[in-house]
Amino acid sequence: MIAAAASHALRRPWVARVGVVVLLLCFWEIAARWWVDPMFLSPPSRVIASLPAVFETRGVPAALRVTFWELAVAFALSVAIGLAIGLAVGLQPFVRKSFMPIILLLYGTPQVTILPLFILYFGIGPASKIAFGVSHGFFPIVMTVVAGVQNIKPILLTSARAMGANRWQILRHVVFPHMIPSFFAGMRLAMTGVLLGVLLAELYVSTAGIGHFTTLFTQNFDPTRLLGLIAVLAAMAILLNETVRRAELHFSRWHSE
Amino acid sequence: MTPTGDRREARFASRAVQVTFLIALLVLWYLATTRWRVSPLLLPNPVVVLRDFWSILTTGEFIGDLRVTLTELVSAFGIAASSGLLVGYLISRSQYRIQVFEPLFAGIYSVPIILFLPLYVLLFGLGPASKIALGVTISFFPIALNTIAGFGYVERTLVTAARSMGASDLQLFRYVLLPAALPIILTGMRMGFTVALLSIIGSETIASLAGLGHRIVYLAEGMEMAPMFAYIVFVVAIAAILNTLVSALEARGRRR
Repeated sequence: MIAAAASHALRRPWVARVGVVVLLLCFWEIAARWWVDPMFLSPPSRVIASLPAVFETRGVPAALRVTFWELAVAFALSVAIGLAIGLAVGLQPFVRKSFMPIILLLYGTPQVTILPLFILYFGIGPASKIAFGVSHGFFPIVMTVVAGVQNIKPILLTSARAMGANRWQILRHVVFPHMIPSFFAGMRLAMTGVLLGVLLAELYVSTAGIGHFTTLFTQNFDPTRLLGLIAVLAAMAILLNETVRRAELHFSRWHSE
Repeated sequence: MTPTGDRREARFASRAVQVTFLIALLVLWYLATTRWRVSPLLLPNPVVVLRDFWSILTTGEFIGDLRVTLTELVSAFGIAASSGLLVGYLISRSQYRIQVFEPLFAGIYSVPIILFLPLYVLLFGLGPASKIALGVTISFFPIALNTIAGFGYVERTLVTAARSMGASDLQLFRYVLLPAALPIILTGMRMGFTVALLSIIGSETIASLAGLGHRIVYLAEGMEMAPMFAYIVFVVAIAAILNTLVSALEARGRRR
C-alpha cells in the first residue's frame, strides 16, 4: 500500500526532483560526518544550524550589504552604459559595421586577466568591484540592444518618418517598444555577468565585502561558516537572477501575442 | 555605381574606421605615457610593453606557466566533457528523467559557481586540483544541459521511422540520434570550454601557486607593469587562439 503510494508519488517529476536533492544532502551529511576531516567539510545540518551565527559574525551583515550594493550599482551602470553604447552603435548601419567587430573582439577576451589592473586603477574598495562588474555586464546589453534595433522592420521606421515623427518620437514609439524583449534578455545575461564580475573581484581582494570573510573563514579552516556564507550568497544570486528573469517574461509578452 | 561596388566601398570604409580607431588608441596610449606624464606605475609605455612581450616570447619563460594552465584546462575540460556527455545522454533517454533532472541542472547552472572557489581551495589546496575542480564544476552544466537538449528532443517521427525500418540500437544512435544532436552538443562543448578557460585563469588569479593568471598577479603585486601588460597581451592572445580553434572545430563538426 505504502509502496504503491510511493511509486505513484514518484511518477510526478517534482517529487523525484526533491527526492534527488534530499538524497544528495544525505550523502553530503554522511560524508562530512564520517569520512572527511571536519577541518575541511561540514555537514549540511550543522551549516543550517550555524546560519544565525554567520549573521552574528561581526561585519558579515555589513559585508553582505556592501556586496549587494556593489551588485546593484554595477548592474544599473551596466544597463545605462550598455544602452547608450548599444543605441549609439546600433542605430547607424555604418557605425554598427565599423564598431561591432571591435566590440565582439573585446567581448570574447577573458576580462579576468585584467582584474589586477582594475584593482590598481580603482583601489581595493567597492569601486574596483563595481568597475569590474560593469566590464562584464555591459557587453550583453550592447549586443542585445544592437540586435534589437537591427531587427526592427525598416518599413516601421520609414512610415514613422513619413508621418513626420522626429528623432526622439521614433526612439520613444518605434525603437524602444521593439527593443524591449531582447533588451530584457540582455538584462538577464548582464545580471549573470555582473554577478560573476563582482564576485570574482570580491574573491580576489576585498576589505569590507564578502570576499574578506570567505578568505577569513577559509584561512581559519571554518567550513561551517564558509558554507553558510556561500549559501547566503547563492540565495542572493538566485533571487537577483530570478527577478530579472520574471521581468523578462513580463515585458516580452506583448511581442509574442 | 553598381550596388555591389557600393557595398564594397562601405566595407572598405568600415575597415578604415576600425584601423583608425585602433591606431588612435595606440597613439593615445603612447602620448599618455610620454607627453602627458602618466605614471609608468599606472600605464607603462607601449614600446616597453612590446619589447617585454618579445622577450617573453623569445626567452620562452612563459612555458612553465603555460604548461600548468593548459594542463589544468585540458584535465578540467576532459573530465567535464566526458562526464557531461555521459550523464546528459543517460538522462536524455527517458522523458521522465529529463523532467526530473533538467530543471535541477538549470537551477544549479544559474548560481555563480565561482562562489565555490574558497571551498575548493579549502578542500583541494592551492595547487592545480582546486582549479581543475572549479573548471569541471563550471563547464559540466552547459555540456550536460546541451547534451540533454540535443538527444532529448530528437523528433519522434525520425526515431519511429528508423525503428520501423529495423534499425538496431547502435544504428539508431549512429544514424539518427547522433547527427540530430551533434550541433547542439558541440555548442554546449564550446560554451563549456570557454567558461572552463575563464574559470581556470580566474581561480589562478585569486589563489594559486603557478599558472598564467598567477604570473599576472605576481607581476602586479611587484608593480612590474610593463611585463605584466606583456603577459596580459600574451594570455589574451592564447585565449583568442584557443577560442578560435574551438569555434572552428565546432563549425567543422556541424557541417558533417
